[in-house]
Amino acid sequence: MNSVSQEVTVDTQPINFQPLKERGQREVFCGLTGIIWLHRKIQDAFFLVVGSRTCAHLIQSAAGVMIFAEPRFATAIIDDRDLAGLADANDELDKVVKQLLERRPDIKLLFLVGSCPSEVIKLDLSRAAQRLGKTFAPKVRILNYSGSGIETTFTQGEDACLAALVQDLPKSAESDELDLLVVGCLADVVEDQFSRIFKDLGLKSFAFFPPRESTQKIVVGPKTKYLLAQPFLTDTARFLENLGAQRVAAPFPLGVEGTEKWFWAAAKELGVSADAFEKVIAPQRDRANKSLEPHREILKGKSIFFFPDSQLEIPLARYLNRELGMKLMEVGVPYLHRQHMAEELAMLDPKTQLAEGQNVENQLDRCREQQPDMVVCGLGLANPLEAEGFTTKWSIELVFTPIQGFNQAADLAELFARPLTRKNKLMMVEAA
Amino acid sequence: MKLTLWTYEGPPHVGAMRIATAMEKVHYVLHAPQGDTYADLLFTMIERMKKRPPVTYTTFQARDLGSDTAELFKDAARTAYARFKPDLLMVGASCTAELIQDDPGGLAAALDLPVPILPLELPAYQKKENWGAAETFYQMVRLLGQAFVLPPGQQRPARAAGVKPSCNILGPTALGFRHRDDVEEISRLLRELGIEVNVVAPLGANPADIARLHEADFNVNLYPETANTAATWMTRSFGQPSTKAIPIGFKGTQAFITEVCQLAGIECDVQKFSQSSKARWYALSVDSTYLTNKRVFIFGDATHAIAAAKVAAHEMGFKVVGLGTYSRELAREVREAAAELGLEAMITDDYLEVEAKITELQPELILGTQMERHIAKRLQIPCAVISSPVHVQDFPARYSPQMGFEGACVLFDSWVHPLMMGLEEHLIGMFRGDFEFHEGAMPSHLGHSSAPMKVEVGSGEAEQITAPNLNLGSQTLAWETDAEKELNKIPFFVRGKARRNTEKYAVEQGLLSITLETLYDAKAHFKS
Repeated sequence: MNSVSQEVTVDTQPINFQPLKERGQREVFCGLTGIIWLHRKIQDAFFLVVGSRTCAHLIQSAAGVMIFAEPRFATAIIDDRDLAGLADANDELDKVVKQLLERRPDIKLLFLVGSCPSEVIKLDLSRAAQRLGKTFAPKVRILNYSGSGIETTFTQGEDACLAALVQDLPKSAESDELDLLVVGCLADVVEDQFSRIFKDLGLKSFAFFPPRESTQKIVVGPKTKYLLAQPFLTDTARFLENLGAQRVAAPFPLGVEGTEKWFWAAAKELGVSADAFEKVIAPQRDRANKSLEPHREILKGKSIFFFPDSQLEIPLARYLNRELGMKLMEVGVPYLHRQHMAEELAMLDPKTQLAEGQNVENQLDRCREQQPDMVVCGLGLANPLEAEGFTTKWSIELVFTPIQGFNQAADLAELFARPLTRKNKLMMVEAA
Repeated sequence: MKLTLWTYEGPPHVGAMRIATAMEKVHYVLHAPQGDTYADLLFTMIERMKKRPPVTYTTFQARDLGSDTAELFKDAARTAYARFKPDLLMVGASCTAELIQDDPGGLAAALDLPVPILPLELPAYQKKENWGAAETFYQMVRLLGQAFVLPPGQQRPARAAGVKPSCNILGPTALGFRHRDDVEEISRLLRELGIEVNVVAPLGANPADIARLHEADFNVNLYPETANTAATWMTRSFGQPSTKAIPIGFKGTQAFITEVCQLAGIECDVQKFSQSSKARWYALSVDSTYLTNKRVFIFGDATHAIAAAKVAAHEMGFKVVGLGTYSRELAREVREAAAELGLEAMITDDYLEVEAKITELQPELILGTQMERHIAKRLQIPCAVISSPVHVQDFPARYSPQMGFEGACVLFDSWVHPLMMGLEEHLIGMFRGDFEFHEGAMPSHLGHSSAPMKVEVGSGEAEQITAPNLNLGSQTLAWETDAEKELNKIPFFVRGKARRNTEKYAVEQGLLSITLETLYDAKAHFKS
């Protein structure tokens, strides 16, 4: 494969994809689900959902299979009395926060997370966060964001959370501004690998966002370039730009090609020469390409259908198609941000049917009609589709697994190869 | 507003979903925001169902709130009917939709669909999952049974001669703790007794079956949490009596047999039925002697908590030190059961309160829900699950009833398993500092390494577990080094209790520091 540094200009004309836009039942998570990985990433933070029993039930159904000695999330459940009058609800919230912080004196950052009920009754959590922030400063910072289903879909919860963190960044004094900020939750191992590559490329002043410790100092300003590691960070990006930071346009670091182009975009922007880049990247790229081979054998020529879930669908489809030879059928996304996705769309097979939004019953009909070799979908659909004879890859795993970067390219391929391998193995046993 | 780390029950519409999903030919149109479809996962993942729950959600978003959400609901109901052609359509709202007040019942009625519509009023900010299930089932039984209600004053006709007695089994739902196997076990038992099962509902029933409920002679109320309201209505309306005994445990099953035979009007030899029970013999065998007076804390839904308390006290020989439930609807029954054991029942849905109580009592075994497993981990106490809420591991592939004689065997195995086995317990009490079997290590039969429990194995959880803080008023008691050392020689599973007793004794005696002698004084004091 050619190195990207030689093809400095974008090689493909962007194709004007006309996505199928549908409305109807959306089989997706709300943004509260983001708490499940965010609470592990930012270890000194606590997430307090202000919502109904449904919200509490959602989070514990998702995360409660792990047994927690001390969970780092909870719900302030709204009851009838709170619905009667808003002033009362604010007092109640203060009481709950006080109770929580007494129980957990180790918390340094508390997120008040909005939900559908809190938004429909227009409980002003941003004001509550300010009010409580004053009470508990400087020991605890208190921020707020919305993870409600009416506002956010699944990974957009992370966007909302990071946007709140960005708005709370310290004022820049230019001298302490970062050159590069990598934005989006990444697995620790991926962050460490990326960190080494940036250092090898000669970058001195860079950081990852969100930081592992909420107290870590990050300063962003007009000098800062930021690089999105995740495709769902619309609001976070907007608030970074309000601080003067500039986005480095790049595809997302999924697969060998995506990762290389991602690094090159940053390197070029920060004045790294093509030769220096090639020297650092070549061994990584070649090793990663080699690691894909066994998976290519399994996946090549197989057709794949994506139900909307996380907004990772387009970069994943691009990777599976270009690097592993899979055939793309429908690629569903909950939202399409054309600007952040421009580099990805330029590389996407022009025959692909994009779908934005969802009518799950109609989409299931299309899926059944097209009979893909693999369906990427949520857990509400996966087992029922398996029972119909489809092979599925449950999509949530893709946000819980280290998949970005060169060293994870093969792991990512394996996530898709595994269900097919499994089916083969089990069916062979049956035939014997 | 209430701080909730874990909730024992979901919202009431999840209860309604448990009824719809348990049944055939029923569809549920739920007015709910985007994201509430998470509830599908409870069924497809936790219970590993092969079908999608028969639920259509309107999944409205913020932008819809500005327009006509009522129209959105009507579209969803119309489309769902056209696609799924159910024999009965349930309609209702989730907590957020309740706030926007679109009246799903009225809207659905206006659609003139050719099937019965069951409108559900489930107050999401007052009631919870089990209430939602019970209310849904009751409303459905009422709607479909209305035509068969006995006129006032009329008695149920006696069963014709030569006809076998028959009953319904009421209460099992989707997402019920071991409902699948309980139904099988109890159906088999009833068949062996010569009683026919008319309808099992809601699990596996369709609306036509619900309309046949009146045909049975009596009802077996297997799970009062979900079936009480419907069973009471059927007693009143069809003249069908209903069972009270819960067939959990050896003795519970015996009582159940006696009761159903009496309701069916048949003779039966309970002793003959129960003589082959393995659970009974296992508990009587000498290997179980060390279980005597193990201190156990019990929490769960009312049905399972009451049954577990009886089994623990009268069949296992444990000492029940705490009993509670989150089922407010059945609080009275739990209070009675607790009083029989000389305890005051704990009626709460507050996880933090349960945690505080367990911390105070320092039991040697916790029988509870998935939520008590979190507490047990924090306090390092062995724990077994006896009731919902449960997670995927408690919807096992193998046959695992809680009810009937086989259920009693399952209880015996699963409750004893987390406890340290007899020989190991003796040896740890005698010798300390063994590099492998050191005190504080997990029971070796649980297969963990010999590292103490503070080092978490496998789960990826790395939280430091803090020792329970036994705060006895403002006074701080100083433990002398000798006494502290001696305390640490007490096996870990009773050490918490010993520490608490000693401190309590010291406070009572007005002591400011605890010496080695105080420790033994306290021991003698509480033994006597």
